[in-house]
Amino acid sequence: MTVASAALDRQTTDLLRELAPRVLSAVVRRYRDFAAGEDAVQEALLAAARQWPQTGLPANPGGWLAQVASRRMTDQIRREIARRRREAVAMEGDVQVVSPSDDLDALAGRDDTLNLLFMCCHPALTSSSAIALTLRAVGGLTTAEIASAFLVPEATMAQRISRAKQSIRASGAPFEAPDATERGERLRSVLHVLYLIFNEGYAASAGPVLQRADLAIEAIRLARAVRALLPDDGEVAGLLALMLLTDARRSARTGPDGELISLAEQDRGLWDATAIAEGVALVETSLARGAVGPYQLQAAIAAVHDEAARAEDTDWLQILALYGLLERMADNPMVRLNHAVALAMAQGPRAGLERLAELKGDKRLAGHHRLAAVRAHLLEMAGDRDEAIGAYRTASALTASAPEQRYLLARAARLAGT
Amino acid sequence: MKYILMMQYPAAGGDVPSMDQWPQAAVQAHMEHLRLFREEFTTSGEMIVTHALAGPDDARFVRARQGAAPEVTDGPFPETKEFLAGYVIVDVDTAERAYYAASRWSEGPGPDGAPLNLPVEVRRIMWASGEDM
Repeated sequence: MTVASAALDRQTTDLLRELAPRVLSAVVRRYRDFAAGEDAVQEALLAAARQWPQTGLPANPGGWLAQVASRRMTDQIRREIARRRREAVAMEGDVQVVSPSDDLDALAGRDDTLNLLFMCCHPALTSSSAIALTLRAVGGLTTAEIASAFLVPEATMAQRISRAKQSIRASGAPFEAPDATERGERLRSVLHVLYLIFNEGYAASAGPVLQRADLAIEAIRLARAVRALLPDDGEVAGLLALMLLTDARRSARTGPDGELISLAEQDRGLWDATAIAEGVALVETSLARGAVGPYQLQAAIAAVHDEAARAEDTDWLQILALYGLLERMADNPMVRLNHAVALAMAQGPRAGLERLAELKGDKRLAGHHRLAAVRAHLLEMAGDRDEAIGAYRTASALTASAPEQRYLLARAARLAGT
Repeated sequence: MKYILMMQYPAAGGDVPSMDQWPQAAVQAHMEHLRLFREEFTTSGEMIVTHALAGPDDARFVRARQGAAPEVTDGPFPETKEFLAGYVIVDVDTAERAYYAASRWSEGPGPDGAPLNLPVEVRRIMWASGEDM
């Protein structure tokens, strides 16, 4: 089942997506069945998408959705009871038929979005399952939209979501906030899933856009929702800032044919100044609070890039220092690679190449195109033309990204022609 | 990440007789293995598509030619040692998952009921997006 999204104006779509987690929380609280409740809410959203364009917006859209979802739940419970009677299955648990009532209307009273996120990003799930479930249950996207965003058949995505719900059910996770000891760890999973959603959307903006739900915008919307719930959490602010500061460069990072344009060569006039201002302000406030984490540091690095009017104005010493902190905090091979780039920019390509040589032993980077690509850039900076051409070609053979491959081959060709 | 898994089957006269030479029970056991294999990755939400290919006797090689009709020749070539029996496309979180899927497929039982352990080529599918370089 797909929604004729085109029939819905942006405002209504946004409203539905904003209401989705609230209605779902209300339904889950009432019927204590996340998996079935999620399906019921999804059906209510589809019904709204079909009916509202004809009937106009109801006076209380949240109440309308809750009513429809609640009716679906009741129908399902009745069917279940009938089935058990037919099959003479012993009743287990307290199955109650509850008629829709006004208490579902009390949606505004509580915001359980965070608990929903904790549930959707449960450690028992693979990251692709958590992403899919988060987009549907919290983001209010349809299965069809999520499937098209990830370029997989709708049946595959539907199965992924249903498997994710089974895993949650099997894990016996209650619909409540994790306790204080578990909370930090669980919030990290939530932020990681939002980060992955953002990356998928941001990277994809380079490719031909195939009716993709705009995942980067969706991730920013969800990060804003989490920030509204946890305004004092530095890492939440850091993640939102990182998304804003990265997404600000979106229209400059690809050329007319979808080719990638490197940060150094982007037309900075195309960067989104409003997003940059908001991101920078977020970074500054959260860094001033102390308790610095990896998202804040990555956001701070993005802010230094975004604040440079020209590539040659980039404060590489500051970026180098930030990568030094980040590397101590997170043992991440990509961070180590970027650290080598910063070193090259601050102290010259030879220093960067020496650092890269030290990374050769890192198994996680062995055969990774990004290591070869960085090496090629630094060799080019150092004037080792032939070696750089070889490294660009090596990197191009290792990547599975078509735009990156074209970019790397173009760099090699440009050098070969000099 | 999407991967295509491609199974190579020995050509006539190779190590494994073609399936039409197998005992009926062995064919059934192999089909059952394939069904379970498909089910495992379908229920996990990782299966994109899977197809078995018609036999190589029916294969044609097509080549465009400058200023003439395309050339269509019968295949496979006599020196072909193996041919593509079928392919599976999965969407997985890690390369290891793709290798695991390939190994499950490779385990399909042969004419004597023992696993065939045929080679499966695992290749990443190119994607149309990229990150800042």
